[in-house]
Amino acid sequence: MEQFGFSISKGRQIDFESNDRRIADFIFEREPSFRLCIECGGCSATCSTANFTRFSLRELHILIKRGENDKVRQNIKKCMLCGKCTLICPRGVNTRNIIVLAKQAFQKYDLYAL
Amino acid sequence: MHFDPFIIPFNIGLYFIIIYVVFRSVVWFRDLSRADKLRLQRGFFGTPFVMSLKEIFLESLIHRKILKTNLRLGYMHMSLAFGWFLLILCGTIEADIFGAKHLNAPYKAIFFRFFNPEHGRMGFEAAYGFLMDLILAFILSGLLLAVSKRFYSKVVGMKKTTRLRLSDKVALTALWLIFPSRLLAESFSSAINGTGSFLTGSLGTWFATFLPVHELAYPFWWLYSLSLGTFFILLPVTRYMHIPTELFLIFMRNSGIKTGDKPGSYSEVEVHSCSSCGICIDACQMNFSAGITNIQSAYLMKAIRNNDDVSEIAHNCLLCGRCDIKCPVGIELSPIRMIQRRSLGNETDFRNVYKGYFRTKQIVTVDKSNGSRVYDFLPVPEPKKTDVLYFAGCMTHLTPTIKNSMIKILEASGVNYNFMDEQGGVCCGRPLMLAGQDKEARELINSNSQMIWKSGAHTLVTSCPICYKIFKESYYLDVEVLHHTQYIKRLIDEGTVKMSFIRKRVVYHNPCDLGRGSGVYDEPKEVLKHVSRLEKTNYEDENSLCCGGSLANLKISSRNRSKIAHDAVSELTKSKPDILATACPLCKKTFSPVTDTRVADISEIVAEAIVQPSVKKNLIKLVNSIKQPANF
Repeated sequence: MEQFGFSISKGRQIDFESNDRRIADFIFEREPSFRLCIECGGCSATCSTANFTRFSLRELHILIKRGENDKVRQNIKKCMLCGKCTLICPRGVNTRNIIVLAKQAFQKYDLYAL
Repeated sequence: MHFDPFIIPFNIGLYFIIIYVVFRSVVWFRDLSRADKLRLQRGFFGTPFVMSLKEIFLESLIHRKILKTNLRLGYMHMSLAFGWFLLILCGTIEADIFGAKHLNAPYKAIFFRFFNPEHGRMGFEAAYGFLMDLILAFILSGLLLAVSKRFYSKVVGMKKTTRLRLSDKVALTALWLIFPSRLLAESFSSAINGTGSFLTGSLGTWFATFLPVHELAYPFWWLYSLSLGTFFILLPVTRYMHIPTELFLIFMRNSGIKTGDKPGSYSEVEVHSCSSCGICIDACQMNFSAGITNIQSAYLMKAIRNNDDVSEIAHNCLLCGRCDIKCPVGIELSPIRMIQRRSLGNETDFRNVYKGYFRTKQIVTVDKSNGSRVYDFLPVPEPKKTDVLYFAGCMTHLTPTIKNSMIKILEASGVNYNFMDEQGGVCCGRPLMLAGQDKEARELINSNSQMIWKSGAHTLVTSCPICYKIFKESYYLDVEVLHHTQYIKRLIDEGTVKMSFIRKRVVYHNPCDLGRGSGVYDEPKEVLKHVSRLEKTNYEDENSLCCGGSLANLKISSRNRSKIAHDAVSELTKSKPDILATACPLCKKTFSPVTDTRVADISEIVAEAIVQPSVKKNLIKLVNSIKQPANF
């Protein structure tokens, strides 16, 4: 087969029907301010953890809402809960609680074991 | 007459509660750790025992601390506790002196007037009867306050009173019935026999004019006995369990037992010692600023006793410690709340079995994580050697003026220092700990500890009270940990840094974690007095307010946070000061948006006041620059 130096990119379709939205629902129910996020990225910019490793709260927010939990599960534990993101948030999203709730939800639905 | 069937309910109740309390105390003693058992044994044969007796008299009977905070509420508690105690004591003495024989069964003293109807006509008997009536009147006056408090709490100067469950209500009704029924029973009996003193005698005579006292006396003795019996039987499942438990609490505390960070006997005794007096509710800013009225410590204690789900209540608290300071029983409320926050990770827990009459330690299965490190991305620290290490903390990085001021002060002091987290450091671990995630916090603590050890510093200065508290309490460091206000105070005392006086009026807001949390009250105020005109507020030292920004509360919405901040700021700036000074970057960050007054950290004010340039330093530079050419 001819090598063109590039390949067909993977499908980037978001399939809400097959995605697992339980984590998102768990958080929405307990922390309504989760809905207020405008994905400005302020939290990621100030993040203490992001200083050391690849960790973006904004990205995790989006992924949780889409129900793409695989990446979230591996990354959410990296947060140090220092609280800078909550202070910086222009929309008053209670980001720390969202992270704690996400961890709880993974525990509850036993998704860590996957 | 030596026996009558109406005493049976009272006797059942009394013997039940005695056996129950003995049984419970044996269980509590069994569950104590070995060290605490030894402490308790040593305390029993030493001064703690005498101290406890004194404290039991002052606090459990007189209720001195409640009297100090709120006179009317204190009187209510005192009249019921001390009055009842006197009534039992004097009743026993009365039965012993005037009864048929010495050493009577308890019911003989309680129902003395029934078994000795002819007693109290004249002489010493009548005088003693007067005393008994006086005590009863004392109790009834308190009871009147208690009843009116239940319906209108402002009577005793309280804004809020505690809400009750059904068993609480039944017990409360029984308690309320005890003394009026005694009054009526004694009045009717004395009317029949023409005895009784100023209260029962005259009331009885008056009743006799329009009531059939002969028929009424006996039912009211039944009612008196029944209400006593009901109260005793319900005591273990209601808040009135605090009556016997508080005695143990005082004794255990005086023996040197502390709450610790795991559930245990002492925390159990503390939880049962809460009388739901409601002082913590009035002290709570979540209550009077944000209108959240279901999470206060009294409710937490109650929820723990009832085995309700407390995770929401336990996490929805600023942990400012205002209730800790105010609690008249001296329960360590914040540590108990922290135990509940950690409870998911604990291997033991206390659970109710047999519908609340018996709570005992139970093993909880915790799914163990695989033991791998969560924060494996943290770099291995390689700091340079230094004398003083400065740790700004995450919050200080959000308020760069504090950071820059501290750098200016440290430069001016000429000390050999190193900025530990200049490029953004690892969190101190306290936020994780406050969320109950100790294991994760330990990893951060280890990382920071390595950094501090390797630097060889002898002093660690931090700008953030949150970090300061955990450095002091949970790090095992052999360096001196100072908050920057303490360090600046030392620099001033040593005369290393010269400062001018800023002619501005300043009020000081004491951050929770620095003041009540770590006991640093004086140094910040002395620094402020040194450089500015410090004015007093109504919220000094232990009574200081919380800014509302506390990291301890995971649940509170940002709207309620700003409500608390707004109220606190308007209280603090009543005297229209030029600067609202604080010693915490988080307080500064929370206060700044809600007030027009300038909010500044102490380090900023000090940095402004520093006299520059330092002559001494310039001279050294000059000498060095002259020396250099000679080396050629």
